[in-house]
Amino acid sequence: MQVATFAVTHHRFLDPSGRTVQPLPAFANDPETLRELYRAMVLTRTFDTKAIALQRSSRIGTYPSSLGQEAVAVGLAAAMTADDVLLPSFREHGAQLWRGVTPTEMFLYWGGDERGSDFAVPREDFPNSVPIGSQAPHAVGVALAMKLRRQPRAAVCVFGDGATSKGDVAEAMNMAGNWRAPVVFVISNNRWAISVPRAAQTAAATLAQKAIAAGIPGDQVDGNDVIAVRHVVGEALHAARAGGGPRVVEALTYRLSDHTTADSAKRYRDQDAVAEAWKEEPIGRLRAYLTGHGAWSDDDECQLIDESTARIDRAAEQYFAMEPAPPSAVFEYLYAALPKALEGQRDEVVQGHHHG
Amino acid sequence: MAEMRIVDAINAAMARAMADDERVIVLGEDVGIDGGVFRVTDGLIRKFGADRVLDTPIAETGIAGVAVGLAAQGMRPIAEIQFLGFLYATIDQLVNHAGRLRTRTRGRLTCPLVLRAPYGGGIHALEHHSESTEAMLAHIPGVRVVIPSSPARAYGLLLAAIRDPDPVVYLEPKRIYRAGHEEVADDGAALPLDTCFVLREGRNVTLVTWGAMVVETMMAAGLLASQGIDAEVIDVATLKPIDMATIVASVRKTGRVVVVHEAALSGGLGGEIAARLAEEDGVLRGPVRRVTGYDTVVPLAKLERHYMPSISRIMTAVRETMPSEIPA
Repeated sequence: MQVATFAVTHHRFLDPSGRTVQPLPAFANDPETLRELYRAMVLTRTFDTKAIALQRSSRIGTYPSSLGQEAVAVGLAAAMTADDVLLPSFREHGAQLWRGVTPTEMFLYWGGDERGSDFAVPREDFPNSVPIGSQAPHAVGVALAMKLRRQPRAAVCVFGDGATSKGDVAEAMNMAGNWRAPVVFVISNNRWAISVPRAAQTAAATLAQKAIAAGIPGDQVDGNDVIAVRHVVGEALHAARAGGGPRVVEALTYRLSDHTTADSAKRYRDQDAVAEAWKEEPIGRLRAYLTGHGAWSDDDECQLIDESTARIDRAAEQYFAMEPAPPSAVFEYLYAALPKALEGQRDEVVQGHHHG
Repeated sequence: MAEMRIVDAINAAMARAMADDERVIVLGEDVGIDGGVFRVTDGLIRKFGADRVLDTPIAETGIAGVAVGLAAQGMRPIAEIQFLGFLYATIDQLVNHAGRLRTRTRGRLTCPLVLRAPYGGGIHALEHHSESTEAMLAHIPGVRVVIPSSPARAYGLLLAAIRDPDPVVYLEPKRIYRAGHEEVADDGAALPLDTCFVLREGRNVTLVTWGAMVVETMMAAGLLASQGIDAEVIDVATLKPIDMATIVASVRKTGRVVVVHEAALSGGLGGEIAARLAEEDGVLRGPVRRVTGYDTVVPLAKLERHYMPSISRIMTAVRETMPSEIPA
């Protein structure tokens, strides 16, 4: 006797060559909207390239590139409103840029300066979460706060395929389902958890189906098709803000880069597979569509590259020019007011005794 | 004024905070209609509704993580963990998020949450229900750890914890939840955090303790008085950060100190207090003694009494701090 059946649907609008496989959603009929998504993905890749160069020259620390995953970050951010709250992992550079985090702030953060997470905009977004999946329950708390205040807002929590193995994520999805919390969990499935491939992470056929055990809908989307990401996350957010409860969106993409600048993926993966994955990457795909529809030219491309490079270079210069925070900052933000018991330790740092 | 036990005082403090501030909500396992396994949240769901008193799934990491998210959004969550023995799943959230959210965002996002849990042994409980591992929590930067020892301090310190703009782990001495009562004014007045309470003044020796061990320590002080030893008793109350100024001032006066805690000896906070006293010139005039639990697994009910610090061990330790003055 069958007591329940479940299905996971895969969504795609553009195939890897940029051809449409079904009618586009309404927003995608405006070429300027698509150009905006395209520019954001190129800016993200430009930022990545610069960040890696800065790491190689010791101007920032270890850095996780989002090469190949730009459509996930940009697509989900484009689906959000300013009032929604993003809880990223640490590879959603494109989402942060879209939402108003400046490349200067991002260089600061990756350069080892906490001020980089004090975003001027958006004030309520969470900083990167380095411990895998540990931000998922935060997203439920954020969403619960929104729901209790009866605000038409939602939280978007992003994590990778590896995070779906964590109890934090299972607990978060389960609680979100219980409380019908307005949260969308986006799984950026880039197929690799450092050296462990997706197939070794779980026996589950899809990661979207992790939602089903929590009693919430789970969909799969082509994560290299920014139109699909924007559309599916957008629908999930629309439902969440209207009281429809949480959803899970698994975005299939590929980590074309090393895990971070401290990693060497050649140790554990076949370069032929990476070369295959390059054929599906998101930027060329959307450019092919736009070019094919007369909405993008070589001149547009040259201009965009110049502008993006100039903007990111300017941000790097601003980052280089920033004065370091004073030593007292080590203590200044630990508590709202420094407890008396810690004043001696602070004074020692401020007076420089730690330099011996 | 009403007669309250510690369990009543904690309940009254939560009810007061919830009535005063609609951002305050309670969440945890069985905190709703059941009122919590120790009945600490009894009646709150009737007063404030299921939107503000949330029964959660059995998911301690999730409970703590949800509280971080709520707090970052400006809510004032009070999350209950049913026993300290089940709190360890929240330590990732405490260390990696609650204690550092303010620091890592330069104050843009903060974490005004309270994580409550009953701690300690002596009630012949099941396995994992008797631990006293507060030192693990007190090691975490950016959080506070508070343990009350009387109904009045339970009330005032919990109100302070709820109103505090930073995360507070509030451990409840379950052995004395119902051990005694006193007049407590439900007047919304908080007591100061980061401050020791001198429960008894004395000239000859300082007894430093917290939580349920305050009971044995005060009884020991009474017996010592009958032997001509005038003991000062300090309830540390906030274990992170510790108000060492009050402890140092006391020991500067008495010259001798015994630290009493239920937690295991090694790495326990008695060691930290002893070290801090040793770092002060001319304060200690005798050896420090620590009366603590042992570096063992807390025994189950049948052997538990051999683990718990006793009045006689405290008395012996006091005499050992002053061997030349008081013959054994």
